[in-house]
Amino acid sequence: MTLALILVPLVAAALVFAVPANRWRPWLMPVASLGHSILVVFALQGPPVRALGGWLVLDPLGKIFLGFVSVLFFICSIYTARYLNLGHERPNRIFCVCFLLSLSMMTLVILSHHLGLMWVGMEATTLAMAPNIYFYHTPRSLEATWKYLLICSVGIAMALFGLFFLAYATLHTSLEPTLLLDDLVQHAPELSHPWLRAAFVLVLVGFGTKMGLAPMHTWLPDAHGEAPAPVSAMLSGALLPCAFLAILRVFHICNAAGEGAFSREIMVVLGLFSMAIGAIFMTGQRDLKRLLAYSSVEHMGILVFGIGIGGLAVFGALLHVLNNGLTKVALFLSAGNIQSAYGSRSTEDVSGAIRGLPITGTLFLAGFFAITGSPPFGPFLSEFTIVNAALGSDQFLAGALFLLLLAIVFIGMGSTIIPVVQGDPPEAAAQPGFRDGFLTSAPILVSLALVLLLGVYIPPPLESLLREAAALLEVKR
Amino acid sequence: MNQLLDPLLIVALALNFVTLGVSRIRGVINAVALQGILLGILPLFVHQDLGFRVILLVGVTIGLKGFVIPRFLVHALREATIQEEVKPLVNFMGSLLLGAVGTGLGIVFSYTLPLAEQHTNSLVVPASLSTVWAGFLMLTTRKRAIMQVLGYLLLENGIFMFGLLLLEATPFLVEIGILLDLFTGVFVMGIIIHHINREFGSTSTEHLTELKG
Repeated sequence: MTLALILVPLVAAALVFAVPANRWRPWLMPVASLGHSILVVFALQGPPVRALGGWLVLDPLGKIFLGFVSVLFFICSIYTARYLNLGHERPNRIFCVCFLLSLSMMTLVILSHHLGLMWVGMEATTLAMAPNIYFYHTPRSLEATWKYLLICSVGIAMALFGLFFLAYATLHTSLEPTLLLDDLVQHAPELSHPWLRAAFVLVLVGFGTKMGLAPMHTWLPDAHGEAPAPVSAMLSGALLPCAFLAILRVFHICNAAGEGAFSREIMVVLGLFSMAIGAIFMTGQRDLKRLLAYSSVEHMGILVFGIGIGGLAVFGALLHVLNNGLTKVALFLSAGNIQSAYGSRSTEDVSGAIRGLPITGTLFLAGFFAITGSPPFGPFLSEFTIVNAALGSDQFLAGALFLLLLAIVFIGMGSTIIPVVQGDPPEAAAQPGFRDGFLTSAPILVSLALVLLLGVYIPPPLESLLREAAALLEVKR
Repeated sequence: MNQLLDPLLIVALALNFVTLGVSRIRGVINAVALQGILLGILPLFVHQDLGFRVILLVGVTIGLKGFVIPRFLVHALREATIQEEVKPLVNFMGSLLLGAVGTGLGIVFSYTLPLAEQHTNSLVVPASLSTVWAGFLMLTTRKRAIMQVLGYLLLENGIFMFGLLLLEATPFLVEIGILLDLFTGVFVMGIIIHHINREFGSTSTEHLTELKG
């Protein structure tokens, strides 16, 4: 059962590789994704999932991420299949294979309770995504892919160094050196603290590179900007949060060892810095997808900030993973539609999207309000929870800076997005070969509807899961 | 720890300087390959009981780091008809000097680390830190894409050295997974280098400066 979660997309990737027809090959992706989602539903409801002698375990934290990634993949795969068919002369075999491989590897990352295995999965997701960023074979996408590949690989190598430090911390105990999460948490108080601290810093820097935390984010706007829209959506919605999960695993150990305060301080600072970098580069940004990419940097900052604040903010940060991911998918996919219709993603060429593409334009605007934390959408609730926790635990300065940066982002992002959506479409775009269709707008609508739902009502099973997961990461003061 | 471990590590350390000081890319590839072979042998001296898995792992490591990856890089070099020079941003003397400073600092720093008793007199930690440093140096001061891949390999070698202290923590499956990732990574990078060369007629990353802001 556990292995099936990883193997189903893997086998599907092999099948897709064997399919000769370029035209209907992409449609195998939603089928495989649906199969994965069905298995995930069983895994979430069924008996505790455990395999390979405790190497693969589905804990509450994993349940949230697994369910989320699976849903996100399914939504994106439908859009992707349609997207690839629109340009069906371009070969898509490698694209489809890599898409499914990355689903398989993300599942591995989420299930792994052996941190070495988790690392292997994380590096594999990096590699699986690289050919998809280079899908269009333009010089710009080549540059983006090279930066992505090299910076992320080096970052993740640093994380491996950190994990080795973590294993070294066990040498001072009665324990055999190990990287099994459960053993490490259980014996956390005995671990050597200097090594543990060094390990946390390296892991935060290493996986933080993959997650897109500033100042290690330099690959992110390029990759998100140049990749095809559904790939940017997957990168932003699913892949970055997986790196966040990897950081949380090591944070969990630090917390159990009584080093929570040390790690939280770093996370608050790094989170605010990422938000600030995001805010600065969003203001006056002329490229729609780069704008959204910097918004990802900002929101990854929010996640880390939330964990750093602790208490109720941990709940808020975990909820924000879902909110941000779903909203980002909606925004990137609608930006993809806009780019298809206007043949550009620069604000100089795109205006009046709401007239040219009524459904996409409206959803894009709604997505903008959602991501900047306007009620009644989900991000409002999660960001509010985080601020509330910051102010409630007397971290006034951090809370105030957080609010200030959110306000700057709202204005900076709005000044780019409002002109894109409103006004008259330019003359040149009067011959759009691309119109809103069911398959290109339904995935956006569904993900925004889910964001709206999360803003007004969190289903009780999800809420109890979030509480259980937050309790794992709770700081013992 | 076995008597032979430290001398082998010293050779591996010396190879760092070769990679920083040689002007032909082929030379750098050979030095990194030789270092990979040395590192592949090291687990034989660290493990108490040499089971089938250790032998297999040694074989795979030597095969990949010493032969398959270097061959692949040489192939990429030949196909791209790159002029065989390194083209550093910091000249060779400067690189060697920085490398020496890093090695010195690595040794001094490792004495201050709270190492476990059995590791206090071993060269593993200093060698690991210096190699990671050399890797970073190469990643940041060389313009050619292929040199950056070699820098990444050096970095990985340094981390691998540290892993020698913790063979129990990384079981066979994980060890193989890490090697497989490394190989796939270099393979994908090689393909991208091929495309960079086709697109720009050279593999210098100076061309990759279009994306800003």
